[in-house]
Amino acid sequence: MTTHYLVLSALLFAIGGAGVLVRRNAIVVFMCVELMLNACNLAFVTFARQHGNLDGQLIAFFVMVVAAAEVVIGLAIIVMIFRTRRSASVDDANLLKY
Amino acid sequence: MNGTIQAPTIEYALLSPMLIVFGAAIIGVLVEAFAPRYLRKSIHVPLTLLALVGAFITTILTALNGLPDKAAAMGAVAVDGPSLFIWGIILVLAFISVLLINDDEQFVAQASAVPGSTDEEEAVRSGFAQTEVYPLALFAVGGMLLFPASNDLLVMFVALEVMSLPLYLLCGLARRRRLLSQEASVKYFLLGAFSSAFFLYGMALVYGYAGSIELKAIADSLSTVTGQDTLLYIGTAMLGVGLLFKIGAAPFQAWKPDVYQGAPTAITALMASTVLVAAFGALLRVFWVALGGLEWNWQPVMWGVAILTMIVGAVLAITQTDIKRMLAYSSVAHGGFLLTGVIAIGTFAQNTQALSAILFYLAAYGFTTVGAFAVVTMVRDAGGEAGHLSRWAGLGKRSPVLAAIFAFFLLAFAGIPLTSGFFGKYAVFAAAVSGGALPLVIVGVVSSAIAAFFYVRVIVLMFFSEPAADGPTIATPTLGTSAVVALAAAATVVLGIFPQPVLDLADQAASALFIR
Repeated sequence: MTTHYLVLSALLFAIGGAGVLVRRNAIVVFMCVELMLNACNLAFVTFARQHGNLDGQLIAFFVMVVAAAEVVIGLAIIVMIFRTRRSASVDDANLLKY
Repeated sequence: MNGTIQAPTIEYALLSPMLIVFGAAIIGVLVEAFAPRYLRKSIHVPLTLLALVGAFITTILTALNGLPDKAAAMGAVAVDGPSLFIWGIILVLAFISVLLINDDEQFVAQASAVPGSTDEEEAVRSGFAQTEVYPLALFAVGGMLLFPASNDLLVMFVALEVMSLPLYLLCGLARRRRLLSQEASVKYFLLGAFSSAFFLYGMALVYGYAGSIELKAIADSLSTVTGQDTLLYIGTAMLGVGLLFKIGAAPFQAWKPDVYQGAPTAITALMASTVLVAAFGALLRVFWVALGGLEWNWQPVMWGVAILTMIVGAVLAITQTDIKRMLAYSSVAHGGFLLTGVIAIGTFAQNTQALSAILFYLAAYGFTTVGAFAVVTMVRDAGGEAGHLSRWAGLGKRSPVLAAIFAFFLLAFAGIPLTSGFFGKYAVFAAAVSGGALPLVIVGVVSSAIAAFFYVRVIVLMFFSEPAADGPTIATPTLGTSAVVALAAAATVVLGIFPQPVLDLADQAASALFIR
């Protein structure tokens, strides 16, 4: 029965990945990355159930903490560039190239 | 299993290098919170340097005391020969980079002030400094120590984040050209978070396959679990994406030039030298220890990645007009050369040779990189560092010593005999040849030749063209910067002329291979 959860997790991961690639707003891009991390959590918990051990559930907690730390850093950086440029669009940040 | 919970055993002595670095980082945060502003820097600098020296000494003591035969902290952290050698390199390089970080007013006065605003002027006038740089650098170094030593994937993921998160912030703190710096920070952050999501999903799939995240259990499961190969293959690929991103291997190299150019040069020096070392340690551990039994499956892909990385790095470096971007692409190419060593997995003797070659290469490359970026900090224009290559024309006539040292570093990158780069490259390619990867070595030698072209082009530009009338000024080096350049140049010479002691040390570190 766990297959459904794995399919859902793969779907969430794919939606997140596609979002990172197509969305322009840095905050939305970042939310999509968080969605990918949550897809990983779902996969971990599902596999923990499948294998009958607790490793996967434990990892999910670690991932949540890491994701929270990442939000702190990420929002700080995005707010910093928004205040400078008045825009959080990743297309506007185009000074560094070639 | 009778209801009592066994307390875990933690080998504090073995872990002490990391504990010292993290401890000092936490003290640094407290200093930031409680010490008055004018005192902070004078506390941070000695604290940071002492912590790095202390960690280095404990690393050496651990090595002298003999190595344990199993992983520390309930199998989570493997303190073995390669780990200790990598720790030693990272700590020395971090020490040198901190001298560079300390030296220069490269960092923003107040990161929260909008560039060009009155707030910023006010902050600059009051002589503010963002001294959080030091604890952040220590946290990053702590993560780098843990990353290559982690013996299960969860520890590796946490270490990856502990290493990366401070670096994302540090990239955005340049005092001049803040827009570039902030842009580098955003790009590094978004792409880094994207790639660690891939690492994590790969970890989930491998866990689903093996039922455990310990590297040894994964290795054991390769021969026992059947019918789940799809999970394993996709998981391996995704783990590979996460790790190769950190190395900056093609096709995941896009962030490297942008971040290296935008970040404050002292931070670029820290990143360019140490992250590569840590990431190769982790890559080797995942692909040799956990997935060594799967070599027939991942080797062909890694061949492709290595070839692409070497060629992309060497060819794109030719087209660059900015010195930091050029060094970034050169670092991509060097990542490719190192990958040829990773592919040369095989028999026990073969593994030892390849591992020792990689360790030596990392040490040699790290020193040269820090030195090269230290020179870059000294060539300045009105608006900060003179990054554009045309500004470097005729530098040899203005400042012969500096230009000669830089030329020497470039020759070491190119791998000319009598420099450390030559022995590094020779060792890695020799290991690859005996591992049966001759075509790879041929591509490596060809791209080394292409790379030599753009290194020599810079040397020609510096010595054989007329300096522009309004050319860049050479900042009088402070004690720290001169020490960095001198140390890096000395290391490049010594490793190039008397490589034997370090080669022996690398051999010795590699002889036990990774513990499982």
